[in-house]
Amino acid sequence: MLEIIAERLRQKHRTLNFPKVQPVMPDRFRGRPELHPERCPEGCRACLEVCPTGALARIGGHLTLDLCRCLFCPECVAACPHGGVAFTRDFRLAGRTRQSLVLGSGAEALATALDARLAKLFGRSLKLREVSAGGCNACEADANVLTTLVFDIGRFGIEFVASPRHADGLYVTGPVTGNMREALLKTYAALPEPKIVIAAGACAISGGPFIGLPEAGSGTDPHIPVDLYVPGCPPHPWTVLDGLLRLLNRL
Amino acid sequence: MSKLLDLAPGAAAPLAAVPVLSEDAFPHEVAHAVEEGGRLAALFGHAPQPSQSSHMGGIRLLAVVAFDAAGRLGVVAGELSRDRYPCLARFCPQAHYFSREIAEQYNVLPEGHPWLKPVRFAPPLPGALPVDPFEGRRTIGLTDYFRMYGPDVHEVAVGPVHAGVIEPGHFRFQCFGEIVHHLEISLGYQHRGLERFLPNAPAGRVLPIMETVAGDTTIGHALAYCQIVEALSGLAVSESAGLVRAVALELERLANHVGDLGALAGDVGFLPTLAYCGRLRGDLLNISALLCGSRFGRGLVVPGGVRFALEPSRLEELRERLAQTMRDVTGAVELMFGATSVRARFEGTGAVSAAVARDLGLVGPAARACGLTLDSRKDFAAGAYASTPILPAVEESGDVFARAQVRWRECQESARFIGCALDRLSGLAAAEAPVAPPRALAPDSLAVGLAEGWRGEVCHVALTGSDGSIARYKIVDPSFHNWMGLAMALRGQQISDFPLCNKSFNLSYCGHDL
Repeated sequence: MLEIIAERLRQKHRTLNFPKVQPVMPDRFRGRPELHPERCPEGCRACLEVCPTGALARIGGHLTLDLCRCLFCPECVAACPHGGVAFTRDFRLAGRTRQSLVLGSGAEALATALDARLAKLFGRSLKLREVSAGGCNACEADANVLTTLVFDIGRFGIEFVASPRHADGLYVTGPVTGNMREALLKTYAALPEPKIVIAAGACAISGGPFIGLPEAGSGTDPHIPVDLYVPGCPPHPWTVLDGLLRLLNRL
Repeated sequence: MSKLLDLAPGAAAPLAAVPVLSEDAFPHEVAHAVEEGGRLAALFGHAPQPSQSSHMGGIRLLAVVAFDAAGRLGVVAGELSRDRYPCLARFCPQAHYFSREIAEQYNVLPEGHPWLKPVRFAPPLPGALPVDPFEGRRTIGLTDYFRMYGPDVHEVAVGPVHAGVIEPGHFRFQCFGEIVHHLEISLGYQHRGLERFLPNAPAGRVLPIMETVAGDTTIGHALAYCQIVEALSGLAVSESAGLVRAVALELERLANHVGDLGALAGDVGFLPTLAYCGRLRGDLLNISALLCGSRFGRGLVVPGGVRFALEPSRLEELRERLAQTMRDVTGAVELMFGATSVRARFEGTGAVSAAVARDLGLVGPAARACGLTLDSRKDFAAGAYASTPILPAVEESGDVFARAQVRWRECQESARFIGCALDRLSGLAAAEAPVAPPRALAPDSLAVGLAEGWRGEVCHVALTGSDGSIARYKIVDPSFHNWMGLAMALRGQQISDFPLCNKSFNLSYCGHDL
């Protein structure tokens, strides 16, 4: 018993007072990309050609980057000698619509809150059922991290629960493989109304690294409506928490 | 092993050098090699291109046998003239799961297989024979599950959606009272069709897929893949890049082992270690992010080397943060092993014997916990692992306690290894990001990549076509070997011990499902 108390003191208090105190991301962290189309030479396609998922597009002098597809890999930055694309350390990425996640489109916007009725219902207590539907288990791992004491989502009233019957929303990860489609639909149907859906990670939004693989599927919204999209491969836990708090009108 | 082609991991050989046996001789030769101390690292089918064989449009089987004690691989092929062949599993139990996979992928029947059914409920691969032995039985969730009959026997079915934040899989327990007589694990829900996609895939798409075969083993799978590309294209890896890769692989092992030690504590209700290790696992992931910006090591390993260098200041920060983290890990884990209530729950639970582990071909900590001394970092030591040898952690009792102990000792060994690697790195010029332009792969060749991921041996095998493109790419995640080990661990246990047994293995669903 005494050793447990002594160890407790040695391990210290570790919960970050988020959102009052903002986390410091590592210097090589690849967060929200920044586009500088004015630096792109005429006809250059260097970044477009190396992007594994076709997230970048260039029409005329217009460069866009679709965060729905972006894996936040270093390929485009490495391929561009002009500084046309760069990653910042900004971890805030979540959006309410897929259009709002296309950088350079003029429609980009961070997530807005749920409507007043839902924000009131879920704002102080949101129970989520997680459904892992394909993917690589990294999104699931970093969802689990949210319940550890550094992030401690419980203090915001957010909790992952064991049954869809106890849940207010679904937290979907993975591209929704053919073999998981039915299980996802049944779980969604088992949630009581009103309910929300969060698609976390590039897979759950667009298929991510598995875009175009017929068995893998192309994300959540072909199957069920999505209220919050959290980009990333996988999204950093702070990205997820930031998105959830915005959705609940707590940021 | 006279009839097998001798091959080193990370080396390539012309396909023509691989001995091709008849469908009758092949199973015997493979079984013989296993009897001689071999272990099936991979056994798979492929549909050769017309130029590659004097075949009759049949399927060819390929076995990669690991002789761990000798540190060598043996490769042998079998040419099937028909849609069936004598089943290898009858005299070589570790072949039974591979045989099911081959039947599912290529529609060829292992005659006399004791338990033939799909492993992923996926469509056959291109080049498969036209007649489907699983016609109408490829729908996930609908299969002939093993059943026990009798008064008071009951069945408990769980999944694919589980109560926690975990991957999907279906588990069926055949119980008599509280005692589990058999657990069937039916997977495939995470199947994304990777092996169908990889041949002739656009070059830029392959590495991100390798990094997400199993996201918690990003470095392990990326390393096995890069070894293959390097072998087939003659790319050399500098010493410093090799060291950075090994540091990343050990950080991946540390993060996962520490997280699982905490989860094991949680499964027996010992909450302090659960709480501390949850945080510490994150700290270790953040050290990987210090290296390359990603907590999972994404973007670090590339063919020819690594994309991010460890400059002196970063090296020092890494060393300092790791030392701090390991101090806290030691405190948290010693607390757990010091608690008699924890030990009472760990000891004797979910035991697997050495004989069963050997028969099933278990790998990684699950095998080492049963007394099997195999660790590809030692048995096939190359690069950083040759200059700083790893001492495998081996326990005898095969139970949850042994698996937890192996993991803890491996954590300590990884931390020691990283320290040595950092010492060595500080004396070298920083490993600059290689801008090696992609080179053509050797045509009509075969290469094997091996990496000791945190769950065990990650084995990749590639066969190239006459144009140097990938004709067949086989991925064997350690989980493919080990899921059956978990099923065996549950025999005679209480159903309430399942979470504990499961976490002590913590196998990958997506790595299995591909």
